[in-house]
Amino acid sequence: MKLQINGAEMEIPKTIKNITQLIDHLKLNSPVIIVEHNDVILPKEDLDDAMLTAGDKVEFVQFVGGG
Amino acid sequence: MLKIGNFEFQSRLFLGTGKFANFDIQKEAVDVSETEVLTFAVRRMNIFEPTQPNFLEKIDLQKYTFLPNTAGAKTAEEAVRIAKLADSSGICHMVKVEIIGCDRTLLPDPVETLKATELLLNEGFTVLPYTSDDVVLARKLEELGAHAIMPGASPIGSGQGIINPLHLSFIIEQANVPVIVDAGIGSPKDAAYAMELGADGVLLNTAVSGAKDPVKMAQAMKLAVESGRLGYEAGRIPLKRTATASSPLEGISI
Repeated sequence: MKLQINGAEMEIPKTIKNITQLIDHLKLNSPVIIVEHNDVILPKEDLDDAMLTAGDKVEFVQFVGGG
Repeated sequence: MLKIGNFEFQSRLFLGTGKFANFDIQKEAVDVSETEVLTFAVRRMNIFEPTQPNFLEKIDLQKYTFLPNTAGAKTAEEAVRIAKLADSSGICHMVKVEIIGCDRTLLPDPVETLKATELLLNEGFTVLPYTSDDVVLARKLEELGAHAIMPGASPIGSGQGIINPLHLSFIIEQANVPVIVDAGIGSPKDAAYAMELGADGVLLNTAVSGAKDPVKMAQAMKLAVESGRLGYEAGRIPLKRTATASSPLEGISI
């Protein structure tokens, strides 16, 4: 299944059904991971329920040092 | 005691978290500064290198008030999106509206800053806009309901210190909300000067992270902010053009 992740097109195994699984698959481990799914910001508690379909746009955002 | 919106702080030094040589030095500098407010930026993750260390790993999330900035935004709409992304983390408390309008000077876009401040206030955010030292704009931001005003001392990261103390003092005098001098602070004297002018606080980053010894500089800034504040509260003597002897002129035995 092709997804648009952080601006890059990526092929993701079909076994990845929701955003939580996608985070595990990509091995994302930032202390804070913010997710935007098809331009909608997801509250943390909704990540399990956010089901993925081919062509979806996902943005993973984090906090970085800044002033 | 400094009060911004519903938040109260003992420390009047806000610290940015950018450009530290490593996260251990950063943590030590943050500790020594005794700051209660940390700023940071919101950025896309590098999904191809997911194991890169993150500055938050060393920071006690319960201990600080978090002030994410909207740096990277060029428009009010982009700033609102960044603020909402940050807010969805559940760990942020306030937002620093930062909308750069000029790549060379990194000065803020006044029109977009005003718009973003209004939009975010309507959404219930505690909003601290980074602005230039424009006195009228500062007043308009306050009239919108901004919880604090953050005028720059000089261009971001320039270390030029306070280039327009007159305008800053006008902003401070007219404000009914806290004024946090943000950007351009280079050395402890700049921080102390800002506080002596009556600023309610100082936000700085590069002056500490770029110093030869960031931890020592963090301590210096803490002391400078405290010292400047005490000096402001104590009330300095008026400037005179000529000398006035400190020792009595009577009883000189000649």
